[in-house]
Amino acid sequence: MSRRARLALFAAAAAALAVTLGVGLAGLPSFGSQLTSYARMLNDLAPRQRHVTDVVSAITFDYRGIDTLFEEFILLAAVAGISVLLRPFSDEARELPEDKAPDRRIPPPSPAVWLLAVVLSSLLVLVGLETVTHGVLTPGGGFQAGVILASALYVVYLGTNYRTVERYQPDALLEASDGVGAFGYVFIGLLGLLAGGVFLSNVVGLGVTGNLIAGGTIPLLNLTVGLEVAGGFAILASEFLDQTAVISTRSRRR
Amino acid sequence: MSVLAYGVVAWLFLVGIYGVVTSRNLVHMVVCVSVAESATDVLLLEIGYRTGGHAPVFVSLPAHPGPAVDAVMQALALTDVVVGATVTALLLALAVQVHKRAGTLDPDELRATRE
Repeated sequence: MSRRARLALFAAAAAALAVTLGVGLAGLPSFGSQLTSYARMLNDLAPRQRHVTDVVSAITFDYRGIDTLFEEFILLAAVAGISVLLRPFSDEARELPEDKAPDRRIPPPSPAVWLLAVVLSSLLVLVGLETVTHGVLTPGGGFQAGVILASALYVVYLGTNYRTVERYQPDALLEASDGVGAFGYVFIGLLGLLAGGVFLSNVVGLGVTGNLIAGGTIPLLNLTVGLEVAGGFAILASEFLDQTAVISTRSRRR
Repeated sequence: MSVLAYGVVAWLFLVGIYGVVTSRNLVHMVVCVSVAESATDVLLLEIGYRTGGHAPVFVSLPAHPGPAVDAVMQALALTDVVVGATVTALLLALAVQVHKRAGTLDPDELRATRE
């Protein structure tokens, strides 16, 4: 199909879609006017029932906990899929840039950049831990914290070079944290069954509202999700960096 | 106000799809998919918004009087963001492999190499 025919087809389809979307969106309650009764009930109930102050956390990890379980497995499957897609193929070899020119040394990073990376990555770890532990109190939680923690590793890359990251990056530990995080969620869900309730029921002591440890299983699930996301995103970034930094094609097929 | 709020959703979605249709680069196409997908985030948050509402975080309430916005929609938007990130990452991995195998990222040239 030529570009012009494709554009014409798109214009017709987009016009039809715009009309349908417009009719559908016009049927929604007007912007900012009211909340659904489900939302009002949860906003009212969650702080008292689950002893948390961040209702979004209570919904993600408790009232709709099974959704989050599947969401976690989507992430796990995507990380596994990307690891498979980006593996070195038979016509590719893993080699570091200095393997090609053994007599040339990679210049060390400037002390200022290195210092900045050290300060920034430790700050990122701190902020990540703060975000994961305060998930029940303030906006935040496992998903957000995991991404922040994974980025700490890559600030080290920005401040040094990829070889340093390759050498110190705990690959086995990252993979383990990805898997342990995903199945820790199932394990905490099974606790509910063991205690005689239903899967993912909140069986741990709820604590006092406003304390760091409150909300029963919610902070525990936050921790497991944080582990999984941190491991998963660190693996993702290292797979992509591997493609540019260490994997090279022996004979390029065209 | 409603027209503007929901119009943004329709516009974001259509402009993203337009980008996908006319894209000449697979990485650009992946970005367009994320633009189209962000329309759903905006829609979810708009459905959950309430005029004058504060975040559904119930700490230091005296400083934030008034109603809270819908926390369910925010939780759904969180799910949407996570799934969107995984989709983007998978598509980018595919683009890397396409570039290695075909030597180009232009979708039109891809068809030419196969024929």
